Amino acid sequence: MAEIKTTSLFEYHKSKGARLEEFAGYEMPIVYTSIIEEHNAVRENVGMFDVSHMGEILVKGKDALKYVDHVFSNEITSKENGKVVYGMMLYDNGTIVDDLLVYKVSDTECFLVVNASNTGKDYAWLVDQTEGYEVTLTNLSEDYSQIAVQGPNAESKLLQVFGLDLSSLLFYTFSYFDISGHHVLVSRTGYTGEDGFEIYGDHLAIREIWESLDNNGVTPCGLGARDTLRFEASLPLYGHEISDSLTPLEAGLKMFVKFEKPDFIGKVQLEKDLEAGLTRRVVGLELKEKAIPRQGYKIFRGEEEVGYVTTGYLSITLGKPIAMALVKQEYSKQGNEVTVQIRNKMIPGFVRDKKFLQKNYKK
Amino acid sequence: MSKVLDDLYYSESHEWVKVLDGDTVLLGISDFAQSQLGSVVFVDLPDVGTKLIIHKEFGAVESVKAASDLISPVSGVVLEVNEDLIGEPELINQDPYEAWLLKVKLTNPKELDALLNKAEYAKISG
Repeated sequence: MAEIKTTSLFEYHKSKGARLEEFAGYEMPIVYTSIIEEHNAVRENVGMFDVSHMGEILVKGKDALKYVDHVFSNEITSKENGKVVYGMMLYDNGTIVDDLLVYKVSDTECFLVVNASNTGKDYAWLVDQTEGYEVTLTNLSEDYSQIAVQGPNAESKLLQVFGLDLSSLLFYTFSYFDISGHHVLVSRTGYTGEDGFEIYGDHLAIREIWESLDNNGVTPCGLGARDTLRFEASLPLYGHEISDSLTPLEAGLKMFVKFEKPDFIGKVQLEKDLEAGLTRRVVGLELKEKAIPRQGYKIFRGEEEVGYVTTGYLSITLGKPIAMALVKQEYSKQGNEVTVQIRNKMIPGFVRDKKFLQKNYKK
Repeated sequence: MSKVLDDLYYSESHEWVKVLDGDTVLLGISDFAQSQLGSVVFVDLPDVGTKLIIHKEFGAVESVKAASDLISPVSGVVLEVNEDLIGEPELINQDPYEAWLLKVKLTNPKELDALLNKAEYAKISG
């Protein structure tokens, strides 16, 4: 078994009494005090997450943009430097290698941020696709620490603590800043449905920034709250709403697939799928009784099993049981009545949109 | 260090039993169980009149992240359900020994003898 890795903030989490568990090969904080308190801190004020386990891969070379647009479902070449773009890498059969953020540094350089659990797989797959392109790939995951500072007061807090003025940093853009003598990359991005920032730097820089923020009233949050927050914002998570057995079309992420591009891996198959029609898709679900629909619970229409829950909670912000679920296409229409098997009970519910919550992005 | 009270019986699956008189008892979950779960957000309990069977699942306590089955440490019939927990499941976190789940009439009070006492339970819930 591979050794469990730790982030540069591990000792800090431990000393503060966070509950640590293995996640994606890293010993990560799951909860500091309570998932509910941490969740609400991000919705109402400002919280922060250690996300140093995320993978960072640098693509450099004359063909950097051409190459990224070959492996990426979204589009990067036409974007301005300093732009961040969300999308997916796909296999030839249209299923998802991973979802990722692409940071466009220059015409010859892109910075890719991928899921921790997939970094090794992604890097190997990316290297396999380089033939015919003049690019160099470097896996920088071990060199970077990363934190996410999220919530309606994220911007004002970073100004207050570091004198860092991020008011002109637009949604899904990034730039380089000096924070307390450390050179870091900051993007206006996140995974919570709130305004906020992700900060990348060397290990020492991130440790010092985290500690300053902790001492100034930013709530440290674990991965537990990260999951409840991203879920309410209906942001997909690899292994749940997206995977190597699902396509972006089935996952409802067509807006991140640029069919106008002349070519990208997976395009041919997705065009066929569009032509043929989908057989299943990820939808929103709401239950009519209080119960909690958890991942893997089966969904029925009468006697027929029609799908399963991909993520579900008793929503902390909304106070009602909601889920994302993969269901057969014929039952995916909003308003369709279904039942979810929760232990030995059949709980009634219905298909709904995935806009559980109004996102509070500052655009 | 989680709290363990005197005068209660405990199960290895972290439920407690408090004898009220003779064959009437209260059932709940231990301080150790609630601390492992984290914030309890939902409690799924059986209706009054339901027969409980020793070592069988009778409901669940759910935190944000996990559902934990409740395993009956005794056999009996449900006399009363703690309705306060439906609206305020966090009472279980605040005081797991006050926040009882069910009042139960035992069918075989001798089953209590097989449960753990304070010292025995403290060892497995350290």
